[in-house]
Amino acid sequence: MAQHKKPKVAVWKFASCDGCQLSLLDCEDELLAVAGEIQIANFLEASRAVVNGPYDVSLVEGSITTPHDIVRIQQVRKQSKYLITIGACATAGGIQALRNFKNVKDYITAVYAHPEYIETLALSTPIAANVEVDFELRGCPINKYQLIEVICALLNNRKPNIPKYSVCLECKQNGNVCVMVAQGVSCLGPVTQAGCGALCPAYNRGCFGCFGPKETPNTISLSNRFSDLGMKKDDIIRIYRTYNAFAEPFRKESEAYER
Amino acid sequence: MNKATTSSNRHYILQSGDFQRLLDSIIGNGYRCLGPTVQDQAIVLDDVSSVKDLPVGWSDNQQAAAYRLQKNGSPAFFGYVLGPGSWKKFLYPARERLLTTTRSRSGWKAEASAEPVQKMAFLGIRPCELQALAVLDKVLLEGTYADPVYRARRSQILVIAVNCAEVGGTCFCDSMSTGPKAVSGFDLALTEIITDGKHHFVVESATAKGDEIVKLAHGVSASDQEISKADAVSTAAAKKLSKKLNTIGVKDLLARNLTHPRWKETAGRCLTCSNCTLVCPTCFCITVEDYTDLKGNSAERVRRWDSCFTMDHSYIHGGSIRNTPDSRYRQWLTHKFSSWWEQYGISGCVGCGRCITWCPAAIDVTEEIQAIRDSEKT
Repeated sequence: MAQHKKPKVAVWKFASCDGCQLSLLDCEDELLAVAGEIQIANFLEASRAVVNGPYDVSLVEGSITTPHDIVRIQQVRKQSKYLITIGACATAGGIQALRNFKNVKDYITAVYAHPEYIETLALSTPIAANVEVDFELRGCPINKYQLIEVICALLNNRKPNIPKYSVCLECKQNGNVCVMVAQGVSCLGPVTQAGCGALCPAYNRGCFGCFGPKETPNTISLSNRFSDLGMKKDDIIRIYRTYNAFAEPFRKESEAYER
Repeated sequence: MNKATTSSNRHYILQSGDFQRLLDSIIGNGYRCLGPTVQDQAIVLDDVSSVKDLPVGWSDNQQAAAYRLQKNGSPAFFGYVLGPGSWKKFLYPARERLLTTTRSRSGWKAEASAEPVQKMAFLGIRPCELQALAVLDKVLLEGTYADPVYRARRSQILVIAVNCAEVGGTCFCDSMSTGPKAVSGFDLALTEIITDGKHHFVVESATAKGDEIVKLAHGVSASDQEISKADAVSTAAAKKLSKKLNTIGVKDLLARNLTHPRWKETAGRCLTCSNCTLVCPTCFCITVEDYTDLKGNSAERVRRWDSCFTMDHSYIHGGSIRNTPDSRYRQWLTHKFSSWWEQYGISGCVGCGRCITWCPAAIDVTEEIQAIRDSEKT
């Protein structure tokens, strides 16, 4: 086998819960193999030992919510050959992007005893809205097998097998019975990108849309079906407003029902 | 439209109390017996070894985008119509490893995947699904390149059909001449008869293997009167079919309406979720993916079900050819009802109605085709 220099990998955190970077540690059986092929140069969740940049790959978790974040993500971009965003916060603004639908100042005064110490942006935005991103890995949290697939593909100079089609395809491949048709359960599967392994429908739950909008999502038609199934306007707004609320197709659809 | 029963076939009577013997003789002959079971509020095809595994007393109510399983108290073993999954999943698995390659000092070594194939018995396959097998046989076994995955499985199955006594709200087998009575493509075809507190099956056997299995289960010769009672069940079922599709000239009708405004209208409802293609018993589209290990010392080639509704399915250098939902919906419908004829000399649709029931947006192929037909009248 041709020896390649181990790529230097850094893991960065912005506004997020750490769940996605923990997926890397959660690789368990594969973790040693992954660690054997890459040099983990900067991963504070795992080690205080930091190797300075530049880095071959940066895995970025979290959304941009403060002026300081903007400066920092630009520094990360400058030091990184490949920048891969991981998770709904980094790819869509995350659950914290719910504030984008309101005036953030109202929250600051309601939440903090000293609002004057808080410096924040009006919007929680995905990384790609601030710097160029080479690959986006979806999910809340990401699927660790997809993360390994992306790392694997990168190490072997091939395209990662990360589909953009609907959760329905995964459901059918796994032999799940459609919860929307067989039980009348509202499910975001038809407009949501696959990748989770159709986890919720496998347990007779409708899809929550953790992986964000699929390619060519028809949210208008799906919302019409939700109405047929008896969902009220507020519930339709709410179903689109979770982890990927600010992803454009979901945002537009919820806003359409707000009017 | 039912053709007359082939005269050379043998007919037997099997008492419902002997049905366990039938299962035992299937399994005793080395088959993995697959049939209808109740799982996740639907009829799911899975392993069956006991009469208790069968959906005794269950029926299904089907409409566009709605399927409800109901307990109806009937003693019928096969009182339902169709579940969401077709038999395709056993013959043409959703995921299949085709190839493994490993790197050594002397270069790459490739090995075709050769997992052992078990003999399978398909118990409860419906007449429309027999036609689906005939369609898949044409697609996957004929021509220069037969599909080895399908062929290995297909060549070993025992086919035990069950004629339909009930019909679903989305069935249109009659219009496609595929049911509700099985005419060919089976070893055994059962008609379930429940009258005057009696419960038995009229069993039509088309093969020596079928005779062997039914005799082991204590099947006895049926009288002409009993055979005609079974035929009456199918005739009554055909009369219950409410959904129709006018298939006259449908191949050319669709072919000359490729720019019809209806495609765009329907695309407004179509979720491009691909459910219709995945529940379809004849859709065979796959994609092939290569995976490597972290070190790049081994690689696998895997194929899995794909759908003409994904963007990647029509991706060629520079982009996807069918990048709009209307072009993808049109591709599916015209392939199934029109260009399939050109390719394989047969209709791609068998009238099972699954694509209507399991479309979350309630799009009905029969309505779509009729709408295009009607527009030509004006």
